[in-house]
Amino acid sequence: MRDDEHSQHQEGAISPLQLRVRALETVLTEKGYIDPAALDALIDAYQWKIGPRNGARVVARAWCDPQFRRWLLEDATAAIASLGFSGRQGEHMVAVENTADLHNLVVCTLCSCYPWSVLGLPPSWYKSAPYRARAVKDPRGVLREFGVELPESTRIRIWDSTAEVRYLVVPQRPSGTGHLSEIDLAALVTRDSMIGTGLPRAPA
Amino acid sequence: MNYRSYADLGGEEQRGAIMPEPEGELFHAPWEPRAMALTLAMGATGLWTIDMSRAARETLVNYRSLSYYEIWLAALEKLVSASGVLDAPAPQPPRVLRAESVAATLARGTPTSRAAASPARFAVGEMVRTRAEQPAHHTRLPGYARGKLGVVARVHGAHVFADTNARGLGECPQWLYTVAFDARELWGEGSAVQRSTISVDAWEPYLEPA
Repeated sequence: MRDDEHSQHQEGAISPLQLRVRALETVLTEKGYIDPAALDALIDAYQWKIGPRNGARVVARAWCDPQFRRWLLEDATAAIASLGFSGRQGEHMVAVENTADLHNLVVCTLCSCYPWSVLGLPPSWYKSAPYRARAVKDPRGVLREFGVELPESTRIRIWDSTAEVRYLVVPQRPSGTGHLSEIDLAALVTRDSMIGTGLPRAPA
Repeated sequence: MNYRSYADLGGEEQRGAIMPEPEGELFHAPWEPRAMALTLAMGATGLWTIDMSRAARETLVNYRSLSYYEIWLAALEKLVSASGVLDAPAPQPPRVLRAESVAATLARGTPTSRAAASPARFAVGEMVRTRAEQPAHHTRLPGYARGKLGVVARVHGAHVFADTNARGLGECPQWLYTVAFDARELWGEGSAVQRSTISVDAWEPYLEPA
């Protein structure tokens, strides 16, 4: 991939992969299966509208509103939809909550199933062989690579997303945040903390 | 029948480092966004199901040497070619995802829950054993979780069954369960230090009473 970008910069040349994508788009457009403007709209949606800030709003609301938190843990699909986030790769949501004794971690060992409606497109590492191979067997080692060291007493609960259920981790609310608004709290919620490979930021 | 998935990675020795990535970094080559969008737009035509897409991806013989969007692109080429759409003039007006309906289509998604034809065989808290044999077709029970003793942690209702849907044999909805295993059951006593519980989501045909 690096070569690809490199040659682009150098020559303005088109990489073989780019040619394949272009060829496919052209022929499928000619055959009437593709509206190229829809491709622009899809890219725009995942670049700017559907991403981890959606999930962060869900988590921040759960931190602030005990009733919402209960609803989220009981029926995540409906609770999340009430904030306007629903649909593709989030049709059947389950929210799992971290506590002092329990840490949740989400993976898809078989492909790259991920809760797109609340987190957007998965990061490369989530789709990579090392993460998919090791998260289920050596979760503590994986977490260490993300700089997360859990107490030995903490139990780790790993959710392998093997069907169409998608998991959102509700991390623990950082201490010293009692005075923060929901919007400020959402800013502390990182994407990785909602997958379970990270923890929320500490307040500034 | 010889069906081989190259995608079942759980528990493998994979020494490569996991490279954390900043939140806004979505693509790593200029062709990737277009390949992603093409895959989604063609999915919306209904020419194949998401389970067929997964089967097309996991059976790519060079799966292990491709980046993820390269896998998507190669599988899309395979699906397009197998569907015959390039050889024939488009049938009737094909179902096309238009720009103006993208937002609504994404917000709707494609739910896989269905009415159940029979009552659930297992209940939360029940011990179950996963089937040991590896079927010769697309399936979603990872190798590491075959023939293992677990406990039903959640019951999700009946869902489209990936094993049949991927082969064009219909949705055949089946009860779906979250089945949880102690790490020691999957990886042996040495994994006790992990203090972990691992679950998979398993359709009823993957399970038998323990």
